[in-house]
Amino acid sequence: MSLDVETIRKDFPILTREVHGTRLVYLDSANTSQKPHAVLDAIARYYEHSNANVHRGTYLIAEEATAALEGARQKVATFIGAASPREVVFTKNATEALNLVAKAWGRANLSAGDVVVLTEFEHHANIVPWHQLHDEIGIELRWIPVQSDGHLDLTDLDALLDGAKILSFAAMSNVLGTLTPVEDLVSAAHTAGAIAVIDASQFVPHCPTDVQAWGADFVAFTGHKMCGPTGIGVLWGAEAVLEATPPFLTGGEMILNVTKEGFTTNELPWKFEAGTPPIAQAVGLGAAVDYLDGLGMDAIREHEIELTGYALRTLNDRFGDRLTIHGPAQPTERGGVLSFEFDQLHPHDLTQVFDQHGVCVRAGHHCAKPLMRVLGVAATARASLYVHNDTDDVDALADAIAAAADFFDF
Amino acid sequence: MPGLEDLYREIILDHYRNPRNRGELAVPPAHRVEGFNPLCGDEIVVYVTVSDGVVDDIAIGGQGCSISQSSASMMSSAVKGRSIDEVAGLTRAFKAMMSIHESQLDGHQSTDDEPIDSAELGDLEALRGVVKFPVRIKCATLSWNTLAEAIAEATD
Repeated sequence: MSLDVETIRKDFPILTREVHGTRLVYLDSANTSQKPHAVLDAIARYYEHSNANVHRGTYLIAEEATAALEGARQKVATFIGAASPREVVFTKNATEALNLVAKAWGRANLSAGDVVVLTEFEHHANIVPWHQLHDEIGIELRWIPVQSDGHLDLTDLDALLDGAKILSFAAMSNVLGTLTPVEDLVSAAHTAGAIAVIDASQFVPHCPTDVQAWGADFVAFTGHKMCGPTGIGVLWGAEAVLEATPPFLTGGEMILNVTKEGFTTNELPWKFEAGTPPIAQAVGLGAAVDYLDGLGMDAIREHEIELTGYALRTLNDRFGDRLTIHGPAQPTERGGVLSFEFDQLHPHDLTQVFDQHGVCVRAGHHCAKPLMRVLGVAATARASLYVHNDTDDVDALADAIAAAADFFDF
Repeated sequence: MPGLEDLYREIILDHYRNPRNRGELAVPPAHRVEGFNPLCGDEIVVYVTVSDGVVDDIAIGGQGCSISQSSASMMSSAVKGRSIDEVAGLTRAFKAMMSIHESQLDGHQSTDDEPIDSAELGDLEALRGVVKFPVRIKCATLSWNTLAEAIAEATD
C-alpha cells in the first residue's frame, strides 16, 4: 500500500471507539470525513490561544486570529493550485459556494431562455439553485446523460452546449465515483461561450487538484469531507470572474464603505465574505490541508485506487450476481465511492444490520434523486474509502453484507 | 442496547415478504396520494376509496425498506372496512406508539386526548421496537401520513 495506514489510523481518535461492542469501521467519508488529531488540536489551540474577531482589532490576539484566517486561506490556495489567495472565498460549505455562483453570477448574467447545462449525476446542491433560477427568470436546464457504465455520454455535448451560458458539473460523482474529463468539459464549455463551474466536493479530498490546469471559472468544495471541520467550504474563482461577480450575502466585512445612500464592496476575496467568517473552521481546514499534504495527495490517490480495486474484487468474488456495484469498473476511472444493491434487500435494512457490526455506510438517495431515477432505484447503500481505511475494513463490509443476507434469509 | 430482533420482528418480515393489499385502484373513484421519505428516498403510493364514511378499499404501491413496507401492509389490513373516525383513532394510537403525539405535532397544548386503546393495534404492535431506532420512525409513519392525506382528499 502506498500509505502507512496502520500509522494513519492512530491519527484519528474516533477510530479507537467501539460501537455495539465491536470496532468502528468507518466507510462513509464521502458523506463526511473523520478528523485527525492535527485538525482537532489546531482548532482547540486557536480557541485557547488566539480567539478574537478578525480584520478589526489592533491588539495582539486579534492580529494572530487574522493571520490564522488568512494563513489558512493561503494554505488552501496553494493546495488547489490557485494563482492567489484572493481567489479563495470561504463559504459555509460547497452548497453555499454553488448558491453563490447561481445567485450572484447567475442572476447578474442570465436572462429568460438562457441555457445552463448540468449532468444527470449532479448532487442536489448543483441542481436546486438552478431550478430556482428556472423558476425565477426562466432559464433552460439541459442534462448530460449518464451511461450504464457510470460515465457521462458526451456524444451530443456540442449540441447540449450550443447557446449555453454555464456548464456546471461534478469532477467526481458522489454516488458512482465516476471521474469526469474535467479539462475537456471546461474547454468545450469555453468554446461554446459558457463559463465552467466545477463541483469538486468529492474530488479535492481524494485527488491532487490544480484549478489553473483545469482552467475553469468556479470550483466549489467543502472542508468537512477533507478531514476539516464542518461549517467551512470554499469557492475558488478565477480572479477576473470574481471581480465581475456582484456580492452574494451582504453586511459587515464585505464592504469598503457604507453610507445612507449605499455601499461599496470590499476587495477580493472579502467582498464575498459577509459577517464574521468561520475563523476556527478555517484554521481547522488549514490544518487539514497540511495533514493531507503531509500524506501526499498522489499517495492518497494511489492508495484509494488500490483499495477500490480490492473492494471491487472482494465484493464481486464473494457475492457475484447478488451484488450490483454502480459506476465504472476500472478503479483508475473512479474514486473510492461504492454504491451498491444487494439482492432485494433495501439499503436501509442492509445498513441497519451493518451498524450492528460497527460498519458505518450511508443508505439513501445521496442527494442525487435524478440519478437514482436514471439508475432505476429509489436508493443505494454507499460505502466510501479514505486514508485510514484498509483491506480489513473492506473485509468487515463484506462480512456485514453476508450477515445481512443471513439475517433476512434472502 | 436494542438489537436487530427488537426492530425486525418476524411478523414485520412476513409483511415485507408478503405485502397485503399491494397494487393499484382505479382513479377515480379511488384517490391516489404519494408520500416521500426525504431521508432515504422511499416512495409510497396509497390508493383509497371512501364511501359513507368508511374506508371501502385500499391499495399500496411504491417501494421502500422493510419497515415502511410492512407498516404500510399492516396499516392497509388494519384500516380496510373501518370508519374514518376509527382510522383516525388508529392513526393516533400508532403515532403515540411511535412517541409522536398530535398535541406535539400541532403545537397545541396537550389536551389529554381520549385514552388510546393500543390493543386495537393488533399486528401493528410489532412495530413498537422501531421507537428505539429513531431514524427509522419516519419509515414507519410514512404510510400513515400518506393515508391521512388520501382520506382528507377523499372526504374533501
